[in-house]
Amino acid sequence: MTGFMNILLYIQIALCAPCLYRIIRGPSIPDRMVGIDIFGILVVGICGIISVITEKDFILDIGIAWVILSFIGTLTLAKYLGGKKLNE
Amino acid sequence: MNDMAAVILISVGVLFNIFGCIGLLRLPDIYNRLQAATKCVTLGCCSILIGVLVHFGIGGAGFRALVAIPILFFTATVAAHALVRGAYHFGTKLDKRTVKDDYREAVK
Amino acid sequence: MRYLAIFILSMIFWLLITFRFTIPNITAGAVASAITAAIFGRYYFHNVYKFLQPRRWYWFTVYLVTFIWACIMANFDVAYRVLHPAMPIRPGIVKITTTLRSEFARTLLANSITMTPGTITVDIIGDEIFVHWIYIRSDDPARYTKMVTGRFEEYIKKFAE
Repeated sequence: MTGFMNILLYIQIALCAPCLYRIIRGPSIPDRMVGIDIFGILVVGICGIISVITEKDFILDIGIAWVILSFIGTLTLAKYLGGKKLNE
Repeated sequence: MNDMAAVILISVGVLFNIFGCIGLLRLPDIYNRLQAATKCVTLGCCSILIGVLVHFGIGGAGFRALVAIPILFFTATVAAHALVRGAYHFGTKLDKRTVKDDYREAVK
Repeated sequence: MRYLAIFILSMIFWLLITFRFTIPNITAGAVASAITAAIFGRYYFHNVYKFLQPRRWYWFTVYLVTFIWACIMANFDVAYRVLHPAMPIRPGIVKITTTLRSEFARTLLANSITMTPGTITVDIIGDEIFVHWIYIRSDDPARYTKMVTGRFEEYIKKFAE
């Protein structure tokens, strides 16, 4: 069973490649930001699978903190794109 | 039994993530890409977290995974709204297959 | 009263993610929740008594079940469009009108539209919600309003207004 979980972990990590492709080759700046946003969500899945494999639960805390920080970063970048102040 | 259910849920989550990433590569413009990627990846990660909850059972780690699910839903959807609005105001063109655009006269 | 509601919610959140019921842990959580309530208390929950009506909780459960079902359907829809060789898309931005009044209900409606099949909310101006739709199935405003919002609008109106 652990071997199968390891394969799932490798697939989940390999899924970061399309996001990186989008970040590097994206035709415009908003495309790159979409890549960053999706990358931040994928990391939570990686944290969950690692916590199941290693039986340690503090990794889930890292996932929660990561999703909140990624949300703040995406929101800041999106507001910068729209040309508005942060409190609007 | 619990382990089997957890593995099935996590496999389904990874499968949804794969669909989302294929959408990120294939679809033609930013709005369609954002749609496919946000929906599939968010539900895939929620499925993985439910698998983690089933694996650890009711307890500290299980509740942690349960709390992460609504956080993930709200942050992903709000970030998607902000990104799509920012991209429109930035001036990103819609794809040439687009048939309707009501938003253009509203922002004028 | 509003401050008390947000204090209790923060405290429940803290206890769920730490899950240790020792005296120092609970004290630290109480201090952090008090600071949160003092800063953000005036922005949320203008009518706290709504939490105490069982009818609203019933409609909230109905809404949640419908929402989860719509999410799963949305994923199969996206998978079909992405894996199909010809990519059957017909995208566009449509304008729909809402009758919801409160900010919280509108946020929930926008989030529901984002997670349901093929639609994402772009902006809300006044009473009008602008929705990017991946496959426009109808050109008649009355029909597509019904297709996009579905039954979410009436459920949200019953528990959040």
